[in-house]
This record gives sequence, C-alpha cells and structure tokens, in this order.
Amino acid sequence: MTANLLEIRDLRKSYGPVEVLKGVDCDVRAGEVISIIGSSGSGKTTILRCVNMLEEFEGGTIRIDGEEIGYSTAGGQRKRKAEKEIARQRALTGMAFQQFNLFPHMTALENVTLGLTLVRRMGREEARALGETWLDRVGLLQRKDYYPAKLSGGQQQRVAIARAIAMSPRLMLFDEVTSALDPELVAEVLQVVRSLADDGMTMLLVTHEMRFAYEVSSRVIFMNGGRIGEEGNPREMFAAPKTERLAAFLQSSRFN
Amino acid sequence: MGYTLNFDAVWRNFDNLLWGLGLSLTLAVVAIGIGCALGLILAFGRISRSRLLSVPSGAYVTLFRNLPLLVIVLFSFFALPQLGLRLSKANSFVLALALYSAAYLAEVFRGGLLGLPKGLREAGLAIGLTEGQIRRRLVLPVMLRAVLPALGSTFIGLFKDTSLAAAIAVPELTFEARKINVETFRVIETWIVASGLYIATCAILAALLRRLEARLAVSR
Amino acid sequence: MTPPLSFFEIVWLARWPLLYGLGTTVAISALAILGGTVLGTGLGLALTYGNRAMRGIARVYTDVIRGTPVLVLVLASFYILGTVGLDLSAFQAGVLALTLFCASHVGEITRGALQTLHKGQTEAAKAIGLTFGQTFRYVLGPQALRLALPPLINTAAEMVKASTLLSVIGVAELLLRTQEVISRAFHSLEFYLLAGLLYFLVNFAIERLGRYVERRVSLA
Repeated sequence: MTANLLEIRDLRKSYGPVEVLKGVDCDVRAGEVISIIGSSGSGKTTILRCVNMLEEFEGGTIRIDGEEIGYSTAGGQRKRKAEKEIARQRALTGMAFQQFNLFPHMTALENVTLGLTLVRRMGREEARALGETWLDRVGLLQRKDYYPAKLSGGQQQRVAIARAIAMSPRLMLFDEVTSALDPELVAEVLQVVRSLADDGMTMLLVTHEMRFAYEVSSRVIFMNGGRIGEEGNPREMFAAPKTERLAAFLQSSRFN
Repeated sequence: MGYTLNFDAVWRNFDNLLWGLGLSLTLAVVAIGIGCALGLILAFGRISRSRLLSVPSGAYVTLFRNLPLLVIVLFSFFALPQLGLRLSKANSFVLALALYSAAYLAEVFRGGLLGLPKGLREAGLAIGLTEGQIRRRLVLPVMLRAVLPALGSTFIGLFKDTSLAAAIAVPELTFEARKINVETFRVIETWIVASGLYIATCAILAALLRRLEARLAVSR
Repeated sequence: MTPPLSFFEIVWLARWPLLYGLGTTVAISALAILGGTVLGTGLGLALTYGNRAMRGIARVYTDVIRGTPVLVLVLASFYILGTVGLDLSAFQAGVLALTLFCASHVGEITRGALQTLHKGQTEAAKAIGLTFGQTFRYVLGPQALRLALPPLINTAAEMVKASTLLSVIGVAELLLRTQEVISRAFHSLEFYLLAGLLYFLVNFAIERLGRYVERRVSLA
C-alpha cells in the first residue's frame, strides 16, 4: 500500500455558531480520483477550501505528503503558519473554481504563466512554452491571446484548469467547475477533467454531475450535515446505498 | 449698446493664454499625481479592518470633501507660512489641489476596491501568490482599469479647478484672461476665447480618455 | 500701549461682519440652488423628451457650461454683463453665474435619473391608459426624484463651496469677510480655520439632511 498523498484528520470548521464540518477524516492516495457529493450546505466545498487554506479551520489536521498544511502544532500550541509558507503550500494544490476566477486584465496565456514566473520562478520563455503546452492540452492554443471577457464560460473554465495544472500541483481540487456553465458547455470542461484523470492526476472534486462522478471516480464521498455520510466505490454506492439519506439524495439528483 | 466684437487684442495676447493653459494642465497633472498616491493610501485605509486606519482616513475624506477648494487654496498660501511652511504660489496651489483631490480619489479607489470580482484574490492565493503579489499584480491593475472613467472625469474636474489658482495670482489661463480683460477691455472676446480654450481642452481630454479606456478595457 | 488682542477677542469684535458674510453665503447658495433646480429640471426634461432642436440646444448649453470652470463663469458674468449694459450688482452677476452652473448639473442629473428608469415603466403606464402628463406625474417623476436625490444633495453642497468664488468679484460673503478681517487683524491661520469650520458645518448639515431625506423616501 502506498503512502497517503492527502490525509485529513478530524477536520472541524465553523462559521460563527454554525458548525459546517463536524470532524471529517479522509485519505487520498496518489492517482485516486475522489468525488465529493451531497446537498448544498453539507460542507463539500468547505473541505476543498480548507485544503487550499482559503478557509481557516479550528480543529483537525490536513497533511499533504506528510507535511501539515496551514498550521503547526508545537507543544500543544496550534499556530497559523507564516503567510509566505502558506502561499508555498497552496501551490502544492491546484484549484479550479465554480466561477472560473480568471484574471480579467490578462490574456489566457498570461493567466497561465503568472504563477509560473512569480511562484515557480520560471524564466519568461520557459513559462510561455509550458503555458502554451497546457493551453494546447485543453484545446485553446488558438485563443491564447484572448482576454477572458472574449471567451465563453466553458473556454474560461478550461483556461482556469490549465492555469492550475500548469503549476504541477500534487493534487487538483475542482470546486463545482460546471455549475456556472450553460448546459451545452458542460461537456467540454468534463472532457478536460476526465483526460487529466486518465493521466493519473490525483484529484478531489466537488460535483453535482452524478453521471460524471459515477464514471470517473475511484471513490465517492457522500457528505451529510458536515460529516461523511457514506463512502466507497461508486458502482456499489450508487447501486445499493446503505443509508436512507444517500438513497434520497441520489433519488433527487440522479443523472440530471 | 453699440458693442462690436473685435478679437484683435485677444489674438495679440493669445500666446499668453496658451502659456496659461499649459500651466493649468501642468498644475492639474502634478496635483492628480500626488492626489492619486495619497488617495490610494486613504482608500486602503478606509477598507482596512483596523479602526486605527479606517477612522482617520474616513475623517480626512469627509473633511476635505466638505471644504471649499478656495478656502484650502488660500489657507495653503497665506496661513501655512505661519506654521513655518513657506511655498511658492504654484507649489502651494498644487499642495492644496492635491490634498483636495485625494479625498475624491480615495472615494473612487474605494469604490473600485469594493467592486473587485470576489474570486480575484482567491484565485491568486490558490496559485500560491503572496498578499503583496496579489495587491500589485491583480488588485491594483484590475481596480485601476475599472475606475479609469471616474479617474478621467476627476482629472477633467481638477483641470477646471486650476482656475482657482488665479485667486493667488498664479499665471494660469484664468489669470491671463483676466489680465487681458482688464488691460484691453475686450471683455466679451476675452471670455469667449478663454472659456473656448477650457471647453476644447476638456473635450480633447475626454476623447483621449475614451481612447485610453478602449485600449485598456478588460473586455477586449 | 494696549496689549494685542487675542484671536477670540477679534472674532468677537468681528462677529457681525462674519455673520453677515455667513448669511450672504447661505443666501447666494439658496438662490442658486433654487433657480438652478427649476431651470435644470426643465433642461433635463428637454434633454430626455425634447424634439431634436430642443435636445440640441439643451445639449450645447450643458456642455458649454460644464466645460467651463465656475470661476470663469463668475468672472465672465461679472465683466460681460456690465459691458453689454446690464447693470447688475456683483452679487446678482455672481448668483446668475452659479444658477447657470447649477442648472447644467441638475439637468444632467434629471436626464440620468429619467433615462435609468426602465422603459417598462412607461409602457406599463401607457397600457393602463395614462397620458404622458399623468405618466410623468404619477409614475416617472416620483421614481426619478428618489434616484436623483443623492446627486442633487451633492450638488447643493457643491454650490455652497462654489459660492466662495464670488469673493473674487467682491461679493462680501463669508470668505471675503474673513479676508477683510485678516487684512486688519492678522491671525490668518486661525481665521481661515474658522471659515473652513463654518463651511464644513454647513455642508455637513446638508449631507446629513440629505441622508435623512434619502432614508425617508427610500423604497427599500
């Protein structure tokens, strides 16, 4: 058995008095594709955001390759790591957002190369070549000099994925990447995600596309009220849900 | 009435008007430069979570937006020497205009900062940028593009406000016009030409700004 | 030799000139705002609903006035009216200039507010059989007024600030009275601060009043 790439232990997170994560444990091995499903408000997105330290969390630990993310615990004292260190750790993971969040004042290519030059400290030419490779990979090399406003939602999301993946993260996080898209644009984005999965990229994806989750995932996690309600192989889980909740959830959202 | 228009006297002094116009533009450019720097600091201060920064910044904006520019101009020239700060006429005017404009620019920038797309900062964080890099590479350029129209109209406003420098005898356009008026008595002609110069300059500035906006537009 | 008077003693001695000055400032502003609002509303209506010729004239008027610095308007009004034989006092010429200036702003504000209203409002009013007059009176007007209120109040504060420019043509409003006191008794720093404080209080009161009214008429 290989060591875990991502290890989440007893993750707890509250927004004021509302506890959204009530102790989540999750191990991800290299090459695994894990889909997190569940109704809205169940804490799916929050897990991804904690892994990338876009949210602070009050309890538990997250480790990537054994390295503790965001906080250090020394002598029982939990302390937020320095901003620089957190920035470095964020670059261990790549994230694609529901709203794409492309930098509006930069072309598609500049969006991809910004992190390469500033964070990975690559030379201009090298970054450019790598950026073009990835834009080609998502099928948008011809659009490299377009500004985001001139791209369709699906194209923007593909650029956003290229931007994240070009940083060669250890782990990719996809946060409902198709939820903001018009139905006819969903397929082109899922196609890109699928091809990354086929390449053996480790990823954690929050999605409402049940059919897609069913097809690409090695494992599915069903979140229910801030806890993991059920988890396992998608074939077994979708065919024979063990809990009432999952059965009801699948009933309401199956394949739409 | 018997008044016949005769522009000869004005044309003889036209060079002076043009020099005055040049000085007006210079005053406006220097003032908005200083005003932008100060306004940016004030804007970041106002949206800061620390009350130690947000309260004084807010007070500055409220104070200077509610003071007449002419009072600030006269204060800067006549009263500051009493505090040991003795500036030339032009410099004291630039100081006054810069302090005044900073309050308006702070509001412009604050609006821009509050209107930034919510995911911009997070997307920067996600690829591992530091807060400083995000501010320089993402927040400032996106915000500045968004506020460019407001910045442009503020500049045109400041250009017109430079006419107040005439009150402390800085030889800008209005001062020169008044001089011609008093010396030649070609009253109507003088003011037609002077305001014509202002209007034309404002129109040219507006057109230049539209071109700049089109070039920098985020939605190319 | 009597000891020199302190600042506060001078303020007390000069209280009547200063108060008259403040009163004049308020009178100038009130007249300009009143006249400007009436004239400006008409201008705004002409800009929005007028035929081609009316729109053209209104457009030229607003562009010319807005492209010219207020001080130039004040000086031009003062010098030109005398030259063409209209025997107006400095006060009247100044108020006229500020009124014309105010009208151009109110005109733009009115036009902006009316054009922001959704076309559906007019169509819905037509659909229930209202005439244009009724549509304006009951549907468009009230909505436009709510939209226009914040910028209108802003304009009122601008007029108070602009009233200081009348000191340049010798109208004895607050700023000129202050300068007169300074010329006899020095203490320029303190007296400019005092004038600044008074202007600030007037404008701050306008701003507060504006917020209050805005809240009262708000539909949200």
